[in-house]
Amino acid sequence: MAYTYNSGMQAESNIEVHKYYGGVVTVVALLAIVLQAFLHRYGRWSEFADLPLLVTIYFGVSKRSPVSGMLLGACIGIAQDALSHDNPIGLYGIAKTIVGFIASSVGARIDTEHPASRFALVFVLYHVHQGVLAFTERVLLNRPTPFFTIHLLIVSLVSASVAVVLFSLLDRLRRAS
Amino acid sequence: MPEILTRHRPLALLATLVVAQILLLAFQIKRNSNVRLIRYWASEIVTPGEKGASSTFSGIGDIWSGYIALRGAHAQNLRLQQELGQLELRNQELESQAAEAKRLSALLDFREAHQEAPMLAAQVIGGSADPSSHTLFINKGERSGIRRNDAVITPTGIVGKIVEVTPGTAQILLVNDRDSGVGALFSDTRTQGILKGDGDPEPVMAYVTNDEKVHPGEVILTSGEDRIFPKGLLIGTVAGSKPGYPFQTIYVNTAARLDRLEDVIVLLSQEDLHPGANQSAGNVVVGLPPQPATQPVGPASATGPAATASASSVSSVAKPDSRAAKPSAPSIGRP
Repeated sequence: MAYTYNSGMQAESNIEVHKYYGGVVTVVALLAIVLQAFLHRYGRWSEFADLPLLVTIYFGVSKRSPVSGMLLGACIGIAQDALSHDNPIGLYGIAKTIVGFIASSVGARIDTEHPASRFALVFVLYHVHQGVLAFTERVLLNRPTPFFTIHLLIVSLVSASVAVVLFSLLDRLRRAS
Repeated sequence: MPEILTRHRPLALLATLVVAQILLLAFQIKRNSNVRLIRYWASEIVTPGEKGASSTFSGIGDIWSGYIALRGAHAQNLRLQQELGQLELRNQELESQAAEAKRLSALLDFREAHQEAPMLAAQVIGGSADPSSHTLFINKGERSGIRRNDAVITPTGIVGKIVEVTPGTAQILLVNDRDSGVGALFSDTRTQGILKGDGDPEPVMAYVTNDEKVHPGEVILTSGEDRIFPKGLLIGTVAGSKPGYPFQTIYVNTAARLDRLEDVIVLLSQEDLHPGANQSAGNVVVGLPPQPATQPVGPASATGPAATASASSVSSVAKPDSRAAKPSAPSIGRP
């Protein structure tokens, strides 16, 4: 059972770090990327569930290690960039690196096992991800990417809802402590 | 620094990852003019430094070349000023030589055009000490064959006559001197008069009645009645006239610049000058374009008081048949 709420180094030392079977993180991440690419063939439905982002958040929160969280986010983001046809490598990488870092840092401090907290965490991190993405695109690519729209709000709510279900499924892959 | 990195290792790693991916993006993204973003950034980062370094070194170079390295500038300036003075002097010499060559060329042309008349070129070497006296000295005298009452001219017009001769020099009485008098006539009307000085720089033509219509610009020639100047030499043009009693006063612009004489021609004979090959027959005007043929001067053509005065004045001077018989009497019109 995860630690509910604490702060400081002493609290961090008492939190429960979930472990997974070997290769689970890699397989799930790859599966998320492939599935996202597969869903992309069916139109805009794929954008309502950014599976790589959800996987990044989930493992970042679960492992509670900022280093591993940001590395996982970087790898997933770069892979996602590599599979896209018009994004330069690093665009999603930067956003997911930061999200992975925040998720793992937050996961070490608040309860991330409760569905409501997961919903809220994914909702917030989705907009953080979108904010970093929009900032990077505006500054580096001169693309007028919006920071916030109603559409993004709806997508973030849908993604957060999908995340609650997905995270419950992923919880089953944990190795019993 | 290492302690800070160790303590904040996740943040440091995050910053490293983000910066690395930004650089990765910069390698891929191309901005305006198809320049990669990484090159654009590198240029933006490096260029100010380069500009600063360039301006700094340029300033140092300017200071060096503008101040420190100018130790020899004063000496160089003095040397250049000296060279400039020498060159200006040399330039003046060359200009003077060119002007002299031009004058001598004109004299030579004149001499070649009148080879039948004995003449002698001479240089003006001085003037009169008396401001009211218009006389000049030339560098040729009795040894060169110059005698009293020889006519002195330039290729552009008459100048005066010889009044004093020494073995090596001679004195010229200019036509604008009070004591001078030259038989003259208008080229158009053939009306005669006497050219004489009145103290002004330019002479006047006297003994012309008020009835004679005189126009400014009208050409005045020598009449030859004074037995000094050959007939038909150019004296000048009419500058203006003023009625008087009984004769009008006619102001004359001499063709020869009497105030700027340097080289003159002394006519060793009173024989008429015949035109050169390039001049029309019957026109002996010196320094003029072809004129209508001169009419014979005599009682028939010289009418009125002017002609009478001229004739009477000229008649007092005997025409010299030879150089030995040349009179030494005062000039025509002399009071």
